[in-house]
Amino acid sequence: MSERKIRVLVAKPGLDGHDRGAKVVARALRDAGMEVIYTGLRQTPEMIAQAALQEDVDVVGLSILSGAHMALTPRLMELLKSNGQTDIHVFIGGIVPDEDIPRLKQMGIRGVYGPGASTEDIVRDIRLAAEKRAS
Amino acid sequence: MTLVDSVLKGDRLALARLLTHVENNTVDGRTALRLLFPRTGRAHLIGVTGAPGTGKSSLVNRLALHFRGRGKRVAIAAVDPSSPFTGGAVLGDRVRMKDLSSDPDVFIRSMASRGALGGLARTTAGIVQVFDAAGYDMILIETVGAGQGEVDIVRLAHTTLVVEAPGLGDDIQAIKAGILEIADILVVNKADRPGVENTEKALRSVLELAHPTLRALLHHGQAVTLDVAVEIGAEGWNIPIQRTVSTDGQGIAELADEIERHFDYLHASGNWARREQRRLASELDAILQQTLLDRFHADLPEGRYNEIMRQMIDKQLSPEEAAHGLIDGGTHAQAGRRGSRGAK
Repeated sequence: MSERKIRVLVAKPGLDGHDRGAKVVARALRDAGMEVIYTGLRQTPEMIAQAALQEDVDVVGLSILSGAHMALTPRLMELLKSNGQTDIHVFIGGIVPDEDIPRLKQMGIRGVYGPGASTEDIVRDIRLAAEKRAS
Repeated sequence: MTLVDSVLKGDRLALARLLTHVENNTVDGRTALRLLFPRTGRAHLIGVTGAPGTGKSSLVNRLALHFRGRGKRVAIAAVDPSSPFTGGAVLGDRVRMKDLSSDPDVFIRSMASRGALGGLARTTAGIVQVFDAAGYDMILIETVGAGQGEVDIVRLAHTTLVVEAPGLGDDIQAIKAGILEIADILVVNKADRPGVENTEKALRSVLELAHPTLRALLHHGQAVTLDVAVEIGAEGWNIPIQRTVSTDGQGIAELADEIERHFDYLHASGNWARREQRRLASELDAILQQTLLDRFHADLPEGRYNEIMRQMIDKQLSPEEAAHGLIDGGTHAQAGRRGSRGAK
């Protein structure tokens, strides 16, 4: 049996109107051999948590451009926890001010990738987390 | 409590995790399938196939909503293609199914084809069995939709919907009889678009070509409405052509009625049992093939496969000779002589 595929949920929470960035990340993860479930726009934390559960994903990537990360993240992390999914690697890509990053990390966000970040960084961090989980 | 017990008690996380085991063909997954198999056979399996751009996902979304309204528990397995180069995939069918996300009696699982070519993943049948055993009444299986060779679905589903849409270049030449033959119900989605009459006419023509008795029957004054044209199918089922507009729900109730009518027909005609048999035989064969091949490879002496492969690449052995060489054993020289047609 070939090596286990990493399953990633790429979600657009909140009211962001376009998803070009999310699609770039989705394609990059696919090119890195991962299976990416893309939710589409205007997802609530409840919808994202349900999708993460049903798809039994290893990773959740939130694409947030609107600055809503501080409002949405706690709710999502709480839902993932109450659904029993405590070991998911959750990351945020998009527009996040540096000063919010420590708080987000405290909430359990494992990586924050701003506009300057490369998709290679995201792929590398996901793979490292997967290796750690497997060991 | 085991994973299987949790699934049978309705634990959705356990179900999701079990689906992952089955998808990865783990020992736990295979054990679970063995345990759950006696509980399968109740659900109505509905395949949805058709070319990309016909609106399959949004149709599945509408159908699921409709069946929920009839009190059914609905599971959806949506298959999308894996990249042949990277092995990864973008699974985008959930995008069209947002209405279903908060419903506790709906479960949607996206699957990548992982190299399988017939429109389904190798483990889709197993996933469907888990849903069946877990108590879902209707299981909608959406195939990879390239539109022509993707006919695995007919061996898995009880009722197969083939979805077309106007304006995709479908004229009588373009509609491939092969894909239409697998349809129990033909759906013309996006029926609000121009060209829907031509699409329907073209479909009807192809069906008539396959079933020439139709023309005689239609001329005997049978009423044919604009929305539904009935054709005669091989097993006594009239293949309906149903127009739908999945974005606003037009035609969906009628389509759901056709699906339930097909379910009743299968049971009344004895074809349910026949199709179940075909389904199980097909699954048995698939597992046999894979298991025998795996065992064969495991039993080959170290390096033998590569040795034969090298001879084939050097044109010393044809692929047929190479295969027999591996199966029958023997040396290079023997294999060469055995397969010789005197060409050298």
